[in-house]
Amino acid sequence: MGTTIGIWIAAGLTLFIYSFLYKDNPFYKFAEHLYVGITAGYWIIYTWAYVIQPMLLDPMIKNKQFILIIPAFFGIIMLTRWFPQISWLSRWSIAFTVGMGAGLGVTGAIQGFILPQVQATLVPLTGFNFETFNNLLIIFGVLTTLIYFYFSKEQKGVLRWGSKIGITFIMVAFGASFGYTVMARISLLIGRIYFLLSDWLKVLR
Amino acid sequence: MNFFIKLSKIDRRFIYLFIALVVVLPLIFKPKFPVVVSKPVQDVYDYIEKLPEGSNVLISIDYDAASMPEQQPFLEALLRQLFKNKLKPILIVQWQLGAPLGTMGLEKIAKEMGAVYGVDYINLGYRPGYVAQMVGIGKEIRDYFKVDYKNILLDSFPMMKNVHNYNDIALLVGLEAGSTYLAWIEYAGGRFKQKIALALNAVSAPDAYYFYQSGQIVGLVGGMKGAAEYEVLVDKPDLAVAGMASQSYSHLVIILFIVLGNIAYFIEKGMKNKEGGK
Repeated sequence: MGTTIGIWIAAGLTLFIYSFLYKDNPFYKFAEHLYVGITAGYWIIYTWAYVIQPMLLDPMIKNKQFILIIPAFFGIIMLTRWFPQISWLSRWSIAFTVGMGAGLGVTGAIQGFILPQVQATLVPLTGFNFETFNNLLIIFGVLTTLIYFYFSKEQKGVLRWGSKIGITFIMVAFGASFGYTVMARISLLIGRIYFLLSDWLKVLR
Repeated sequence: MNFFIKLSKIDRRFIYLFIALVVVLPLIFKPKFPVVVSKPVQDVYDYIEKLPEGSNVLISIDYDAASMPEQQPFLEALLRQLFKNKLKPILIVQWQLGAPLGTMGLEKIAKEMGAVYGVDYINLGYRPGYVAQMVGIGKEIRDYFKVDYKNILLDSFPMMKNVHNYNDIALLVGLEAGSTYLAWIEYAGGRFKQKIALALNAVSAPDAYYFYQSGQIVGLVGGMKGAAEYEVLVDKPDLAVAGMASQSYSHLVIILFIVLGNIAYFIEKGMKNKEGGK
């Protein structure tokens, strides 16, 4: 019984949301606001139950881990941004976050992105086969795209042509991205329609 | 000529209706549509097939309900393969709103395959601060996951006794709707040399192909199409395979609309130029 009610609510809300395609209406607005409200409520409960209570309150109260007062303090002073007179306090927390992020980011970017990607561009160009052609395309694409983003010299002559070819590679990448985006959106529509036809209307077996 | 001009001014709601029909009708009439498995998807499957029995596979749920049709079919197909090969999934969640979806998929397939919680699989749930967590797991998973998603101590589960860090994890599979996968590649892959496979939403998939080319990920499953390929590989066609006919036909219709729209645009432009010339 509970599942049936759930399916009917989900189906109704799906139709409310899709009704926007005809035109904006109160049913759509209702579903939209309900979604925002439920998401916010879910976030609060989840954060309390899985973060604040087990990771802060329980260890402090039950296990006497008073060292956790320090991160809790930094967390609380983040909220001082709402009070202009003491909002400067929030900068301490932000400074900590930015410092940690930068430290992790610099080493992470070098180890995780720059070196492996440079290495992956150093590909063999031996033999007369399709793989060599692909490798050549990769090298050519990387170089011309880098030329497109080289702004320290006026793009004339070789630089101009390199830049033009570079933007072509970029456009091809954008085209692929757009194609995939269309696919993603249609997939979501298929998912919802499949739900309506199978779980709700029981048309699909 | 007039036809194209009229077409360019068509009410967009007719286009929505047309797309809806193209999606609905193949779902009802189920035309046979071949699903060809691509190399990046085959690579994920093959890598898992070669893992020794009892290996731990860390699954990260980095998506929410908005990506369910793309990610849930792959999660279920992947879990079927893992349980069939007696591999041990360890589920963690980086997106709070994805936690129920991960749990739902895990419980459904575990029940179907007769897997036992804590022995064959485990669900560690959500923890905040994913970057610190990814780096932290490199040292000791218990620093972040002392308990599972039901607050039961990790050491009370037989399968977790010898799991401490990435050294004890044969493969990390990230199911990704946003950019969390970049941090997995950056920290788990770059720093700890953890083998990673990714299943990305179609929107994000093109951005991850260069990680596949560079060998930073073992394979890549892109969107519902990738999930359909995986369902074919595990020989259990489900939602993703069912959706492929609708997907293909709707793509054809969109291509048709783009071509017709462009023809109408150029005809209209030509007519305006002519009028301007007069």
